[in-house]
Amino acid sequence: MVIVYLADSAELTRQALAFARGLGDPVHAFAAGSAPELGGVETLHIAEGDAFAAYAPTAIAAAFVELIDRHSPTAVVAAGTERGNEVLAQVAARLDLPFSANCVAATAGNPMLVTRVRWGGSVLEEARVHGAPKLLTVQPHAVEAEPEIAGQPSVERFTPALSETDLAVRVVERVEATAGGVSLAEAKVVVSAGRGAGSAEGFGIIEELAGLLEGAVGCSRAVTMAGWRPHTDQVGQTGTKIAPEIYIACGISGATQHMAGCKGAKALLAINTDADAPILASADYAVIGDLHEVVPAISAELRKARGG
Amino acid sequence: MRVLVCVKRVPLTGGRIVLTEDAQAIETRHLGFTISPHEECGVEEAVRIVESAEGESVVLTLGPPEAAEQLRDAMALGIDRAIHIVSDDEEWDPQATAGAIVERIRADEAAHGPFDLVFFGNESADAGNYQVGIRVAHALGRPVATGLKGVSVESATVRCEQEVAGGRDVYLLPLPAVVTVLEGLNLPRYPSVPAKLRAQRKPLESYSPRRPDSRLEKVRLVVPEGQGKEAVVLGQGPEAAAAVVEVLQQIGVA
Ligand SMILES: Cc1cc2nc3c(=O)[nH]c(=O)nc-3n(C[C@H](O)[C@H](O)[C@H](O)COP(=O)(O)OP(=O)(O)OC[C@H]3O[C@@H](n4cnc5c(N)ncnc54)[C@H](O)[C@@H]3O)c2cc1C
Ligand SMILES: Nc1ncnc2c1ncn2[C@@H]1O[C@H](COP(=O)(O)O)[C@@H](O)[C@H]1O
Repeated sequence: MVIVYLADSAELTRQALAFARGLGDPVHAFAAGSAPELGGVETLHIAEGDAFAAYAPTAIAAAFVELIDRHSPTAVVAAGTERGNEVLAQVAARLDLPFSANCVAATAGNPMLVTRVRWGGSVLEEARVHGAPKLLTVQPHAVEAEPEIAGQPSVERFTPALSETDLAVRVVERVEATAGGVSLAEAKVVVSAGRGAGSAEGFGIIEELAGLLEGAVGCSRAVTMAGWRPHTDQVGQTGTKIAPEIYIACGISGATQHMAGCKGAKALLAINTDADAPILASADYAVIGDLHEVVPAISAELRKARGG
Repeated sequence: MRVLVCVKRVPLTGGRIVLTEDAQAIETRHLGFTISPHEECGVEEAVRIVESAEGESVVLTLGPPEAAEQLRDAMALGIDRAIHIVSDDEEWDPQATAGAIVERIRADEAAHGPFDLVFFGNESADAGNYQVGIRVAHALGRPVATGLKGVSVESATVRCEQEVAGGRDVYLLPLPAVVTVLEGLNLPRYPSVPAKLRAQRKPLESYSPRRPDSRLEKVRLVVPEGQGKEAVVLGQGPEAAAAVVEVLQQIGVA
């Protein structure tokens, strides 16, 4: 048996389900509190209780460990989201077992052979995972999601025994964000600038072009470190992962940690004074020149094309 | 307040990653070293907490002898003293890393009293195991909140804020607690020259435990094939603007 934890994202959960099927054993699912509609699994195990009214990672892990002890699965799988990784790491700590985060492939066996992501995807690691069950999360968007399968699995509900400490960690409040602009993670167009922008003021022309394209403004870490833009604008391994139709990167050299954030872009246009900048090796299009001249010229040309 | 922050030395790779011949590591002969931006924010937050609440801040790393450089860097930013768990050249797996950190925390607490707060990065820059902080918290029997962009101590609790789709989720943990943080938590300061000199004289203890066998056992590293792209150069300077707009129209975004 393989048990899949139903984490926060339905799409990523279906990727985790597809990954779990590849391990060859019957697939069960586990959810805490409420469970989404889900076909195609043998049994859906639901932990019930007041503890699960809001997200409570330690309580979820305690419930999960109870289920694992009862069924001795060969593997436990979740999507490699913040919460998927958190719950499986909690489970691993409780069972004193290895946990392999953000896998892109696995070959069942003992030890199990996995390929996992390092450096935000710039390096892959092949590793042997010892012990049982194997605890794995699946790197988002590395495997094809399985199609939605109609039908209801059999449902087994249980009320886990929880201790005081299991209940100490839970979401007590949700502060709603004030809606503003196009979100960087979901924008169809992202216009970013790096150290080449020269200053916070240098972003005026970047904002203008992003505005004309109804896109979002991004930046590199050199920019956030200089205090020119907030960290919420940073694209990269330790910033936001983006997946636009086109990414326009101006005055950005293309460090691997920056590129780890824009692998999902369908097209990349680099604007750089240096024809040998590393970013050109991952770019579809390039303009060699000073962004302070090139970017306003593109905005002007766009306005002209629109007859204004 | 006593605050501990755990950091890991990693190479500062540039535009291209080259592996060693045995594919066990990144070739670092020509590279500098650093810690994860997440951990830098942990260091900054630890320094700020002790600046405003008094007490002691400590930095800990498990790494090769050269990792003392990262401990000195943290002390240049205001951390009071350092603990170095000196490893061999092999990378320790996350279970072994957590085990060694727990042992040192217990020893330090036996001598100096408990750490009210222990900071970790949400994930290490290189291995990205997403677990060492959680394992340490579990072993110490302390609550842990992860992936935080806001940490504020309010008498006997710590208010923890996590960015989620649509807003921020808030946790209130009783102290002592463990937190794992993300870049964006704060804007770390730059070290001054006098602070760098002072850091050379701050206390640094080191220990050399034996490495347990790996249970998440690295076989080899692989650099995924690049897209092998040959960028179409649309032109030089502002004259390229018309060609750029044509591309934007083709893609359907202009
Ligand atoms: C663990 C770790 C995580 C990291 N995470 C991230 C991350 O999430 N995101 C991120 O961005 N970085 C990240 N970094 C930092 C990263 O390694 C680089 O330092 C950073 O991306 C460099 O930013 P940059 O390209 O703007 O600056 P530089 O590397 O200095 O490049 C500037 C570029 O601008 C060009 N240029 C200069 N002037 C002009 C001009 N007038 N017009 C056009 N081009 C010009 C130059 O030719 C050069 O190519 C991380 C680093 C580490 C170690
Ligand atoms: N070798 C190490 N020395 C000290 N702290 C570490 C080490 N490895 C990991 N950590 C800490 O644990 C966090 C999570 O690491 P990981 O579980 O590898 O993603 C890091 O951001 C560090 O704060």
